[in-house]
Amino acid sequence: MTGKPMVRTLLTQGVPLLALYVVVLAGLNLGLIDDYLMATIATLCINIVLAVSLNLITGFTGQFSLGHAGFMAIGAYATGLITIAMPTVLGFIVGLLVGGLLSALVGFLIGLPTLRLRGDYLAIATLGLAEIIRIVLNNLEFTNGAAGLAGIPQLMDWNWFFILTVGSVILIRNFLRSRHGRDAIAVREDEIAAESIGVDTTRAKVLSFTVGAFFGGLAGGMYASYFYFIKPDTFGFLKSIDILVIVVLGGLGSLSGSVIAAILLAIISTVLQQFTELRMILYALLLVIIMVFRPQGLMGSREISLKVFGSLFKRKPAEPGEAR
Amino acid sequence: MEQLAQQLINGLSLGSIYALIALGYTMVYGIIQLINFAHGEIYMVGAYVGYACMTFLGLGFFESLLIAMVACSVLGVVIERVAYKPLRNSTRIAALITAIGVSLLIQYTMMALVGADVRTYPALPDYLSASFNIGGVIISAQSILIIGTSVLLMVALQFIVHRTRLGKAMRAVSMDADAARLMGVNVDTTISFTFMLGSALAGAAGVLVGVYYNSINPLMGVLPGLKAFVAAVFGGIGIIPGALIGGFFIGTAETLVSGYLSSLFKDAVVFAILILVLIFRPAGLLGKNVREKV
Repeated sequence: MTGKPMVRTLLTQGVPLLALYVVVLAGLNLGLIDDYLMATIATLCINIVLAVSLNLITGFTGQFSLGHAGFMAIGAYATGLITIAMPTVLGFIVGLLVGGLLSALVGFLIGLPTLRLRGDYLAIATLGLAEIIRIVLNNLEFTNGAAGLAGIPQLMDWNWFFILTVGSVILIRNFLRSRHGRDAIAVREDEIAAESIGVDTTRAKVLSFTVGAFFGGLAGGMYASYFYFIKPDTFGFLKSIDILVIVVLGGLGSLSGSVIAAILLAIISTVLQQFTELRMILYALLLVIIMVFRPQGLMGSREISLKVFGSLFKRKPAEPGEAR
Repeated sequence: MEQLAQQLINGLSLGSIYALIALGYTMVYGIIQLINFAHGEIYMVGAYVGYACMTFLGLGFFESLLIAMVACSVLGVVIERVAYKPLRNSTRIAALITAIGVSLLIQYTMMALVGADVRTYPALPDYLSASFNIGGVIISAQSILIIGTSVLLMVALQFIVHRTRLGKAMRAVSMDADAARLMGVNVDTTISFTFMLGSALAGAAGVLVGVYYNSINPLMGVLPGLKAFVAAVFGGIGIIPGALIGGFFIGTAETLVSGYLSSLFKDAVVFAILILVLIFRPAGLLGKNVREKV
């Protein structure tokens, strides 16, 4: 990248992000953002990381996974256990990394054999994997079984949320723009055609799955460290569905769609806080209605990037035709 | 030895219930290649309809069973027409997500309607709650009832699929929907009929499971639904006898694990079986490997 576009990228994409960071930081320091609102922001950040990483697996590589909560659980327990033993920032970083790598390893081990399967079989296999992880955590001694892990030091704050969320989105975006990302998209579009032009499809699928699992674990670590209490049932089937709803609503194959949908659903669930059942009915209806009337989600596979802030000041570029 | 025999009998009752649910999964998958996630919920609704018939209307077991089956087949057809039909030509992921949405919708609507608390199933009349002691092994009339009803329904299903016109149409559509349409088979009606049959069986399974476990709740359909799906995959999805074998196998494995190891791990074992089957024999026990064509 030459000098001039890079400066522009920094200006158009960095400035709005930095402004967002400063606004929340100021809100926190001035007491405008109370604990409840901060918890909502925390959930939002975690959901963004989860949705973007699931989108990499399901939206961009076309591998339907119903077990993302399982990866989240591995990351959460690893971070929780490590920071309890080592309640420092170093312990926290080690915890996040170990959590991410551990769930990436599990993703790799389970992905290698099962990713040869067709879409819906994989969905069930990942669902089964997440259930197994949950049941094992429920019955292990050192994870304190069904009672859950309490007293995890709260090392997450807004700084960390900002760094980890923005970092994850940028890393996944860059992954998708790399050769491996293009392989993954080729596999989604047509597996047989991709194979015939020399894409190692199994490798592409396993790689996406492993990277997605890593960020799923990272999000779990963020969750454990901010909410300082985790129990296996938090990471059940419904959690996986929650993540899937975000991805589907935003559009399979659109990172910015995932971010927008995560924000939208965070608002909806804050409004419907008191009515859990109603919220779930609404979620379910939303899933069905989106699939029947707009299966490509809000964004399809289009992206809005922070460049729109830049294009406010210059000529509007031609609208790219919708993919698919 | 006696304990083993006892566990096997329990496994057989549970397995026949799984087999009934698995049949619905396998038939629907065989005909439109969709994992009908809402199937477990249809079975839950069946259990509630049976409960309502027995408790509020004071009907007997068999009348309630019949009403539950009818109610569920109507529900199954409605779901198919409203949610799945518009998606028949879209991607498999879209259809699968819809199925999950429908499943959640039924669960939480039911929860809003009848409340989330567990309800106790009414006791069966005396002649159905007796038990016989055969050489130390206790066989309850209840398990005979469950196994008997299941076997009867499976025989009826075999008859419908292999001896009637609609059954023939079902087999034709599952083999090749386009060719069947060219031969004058009404594909839409046939698919609806398949949903009807599968849902009726799930409704029956719901009433039977209410009798077996004595308690029902709005989320009861999730795990048995998944396990029945595992059973269908184990036997080879889309193959009707495969679902039977799979159901009995999963039921027996589950009771053996909870009897000899720990009931905490019974669900984990079922999913471990699933992953092993998918790794080593993805087509299932009776399935043939089909090569994908361009």
